[in-house]
Amino acid sequence: MDISTQNTQAPPTPQPSPAEQKRAARGATRPGDRIFLGLSRGSGIFLLVIMAAIAVFLTYRATLAISKDEGNFLTTFEWNTGTVPPVFGIAVLAYGTIVSSIIAMVIAVPIAVAIALFLTHYAPRKLGGPIAYVIDLLAAVPSIVYGLWGALILVPHMDGLFHWLNDYFGWTGIFSWEEGPARSMLTVGILLAIMILPIITNVSREVFRQVPQMHEEAALALGATRWEVIRMAVLPFGRSGVISASMLGLGRALGETMAVATVLSPDFDIHASLLNPGGGTFAQNIASKFGEASEFGRDALIASGLVLFVITLLVNGAARAIIARRKEYSGANA
Amino acid sequence: MAKRIDVSGLTAYYGSHKAIEDISMTVEPRSVTAFIGPSGCGKSTFLRTLNRMHEVTSGGRVEGKVLLDDEDLYGAGIDPVSVRREVGMVFQRPNPFPTMSIFDNVAAGLRLNGSYKKSELQDVVEKSLKGANLWNEVKDRLNKPGSGLSGGQQQRLCIARAIAVEPNVLLMDEPCSALDPISTLAIEDLIGELKERFTIVIVTHNMQQAARVSDRTAFFNLAAVGQPGKLIEIDDTERIFSNPSVQATEDYISGRFG
Repeated sequence: MDISTQNTQAPPTPQPSPAEQKRAARGATRPGDRIFLGLSRGSGIFLLVIMAAIAVFLTYRATLAISKDEGNFLTTFEWNTGTVPPVFGIAVLAYGTIVSSIIAMVIAVPIAVAIALFLTHYAPRKLGGPIAYVIDLLAAVPSIVYGLWGALILVPHMDGLFHWLNDYFGWTGIFSWEEGPARSMLTVGILLAIMILPIITNVSREVFRQVPQMHEEAALALGATRWEVIRMAVLPFGRSGVISASMLGLGRALGETMAVATVLSPDFDIHASLLNPGGGTFAQNIASKFGEASEFGRDALIASGLVLFVITLLVNGAARAIIARRKEYSGANA
Repeated sequence: MAKRIDVSGLTAYYGSHKAIEDISMTVEPRSVTAFIGPSGCGKSTFLRTLNRMHEVTSGGRVEGKVLLDDEDLYGAGIDPVSVRREVGMVFQRPNPFPTMSIFDNVAAGLRLNGSYKKSELQDVVEKSLKGANLWNEVKDRLNKPGSGLSGGQQQRLCIARAIAVEPNVLLMDEPCSALDPISTLAIEDLIGELKERFTIVIVTHNMQQAARVSDRTAFFNLAAVGQPGKLIEIDDTERIFSNPSVQATEDYISGRFG
């Protein structure tokens, strides 16, 4: 049989199979992809718009106030928006906010990291679950409840600690105490530490849990003890995560309002001692003055809010820079 | 200093599951012993009992004796941490510490054992990297992260890290299974050199590799899934691959199962 003659006959046009027809109908762009692309892009843009709107609002209202301020907005130790001319400045608020947040971080970060390490590397599994649950509960307590607890329980019970600090470290000036009520920066810092503990603990715990088994085994096989495994493999791997966790906590401490307003006895002054009552923070100052403020007074408070906004952005930027600096060692490329 | 391993009546469990049962064997110093056998036969588990890594796994426990020269690794009062300083291990996937430089990776084990002068550390790091045939490739970038190396280089870095502390025994758990053929060859050559100084035990799925690198070969098998793995036989590699005394070994090696 001659094959060539057979090939001259036109082959029958193949009917497209149902699957091929479906593929053709869907075309190059799939509706699902387009919808999802639109949604995610829209969400991203929405976020930027919100941020920009907040920044514009704060800046506009702040400019109204600052332009009429007769004092230096950054260095004045007063908050007189009702007087003519108005004299006000954020020095006291910036000091109070930063100092109370630093105290909170110094106390909370080591404890949170220790709890997270305990839960992931030391605690038996049966114990780890309930403890993690209790920590989650701590995060769910409203801040006004912390404030009430702080004012009614914490403040009256600080005397012992304050006496001790005054006796041994009073000479530094930072820890001198004049036996006043403990409605002071240190008490606020301790309360804030308790409040930011859960978030730092939870995020750190997740980070430590994700340390690859093989890195821990590498350390173990070299003859590392459990603590040495943590030092060689777990902490370096979790470093950037712990920094991120701390920044989340710091963000909460910087902006905490009700708890600070309930515990602190504000006097709009900077005190060398952390133990003597007085001081103020941005959020506390806004909350306690906003209700009775005039239109202009509100603009002034908003101006202070803008400063808090900028401080928060700077802190986050600094944290990102720290994380990025050691990126090639982060373990992300392992 | 290479030491002899003498295992008798060793049984290992994961919780209530018996993973390997009643294994006894002797590994001579300055020799390479290969463990072969189908997946799940317990050869890796057995390897990990030799440096007390098995008990790190939750529920892992061991019965029996492992003598290193005359010292029972599972004897009362023996600290598993000090056992692991004596018996080094290289893993299936290269696992240099990602947060450490090449130098620090090699020095990691030394730093656990005490404080060294900078110059002492440098000497040991150089010697270990040379011992792992990696020195020429990394000597100009000792301060770069170890995770930036290729897979084969990373595995040799891990070997350098393991030999830096001068262990008596070096355990290797499928050290080439994640590597390409050229890197594998480099590691195999290295094993040939390292056996001058160390007692080496290597688990491998690659029978040609076992035939190429080892002096003795142990064949492990399990009766059925869920049954404990057992040592079927251990003999000179040449004999295992030419004229094994057990039929199952011959079936496995000739590819009739597994």
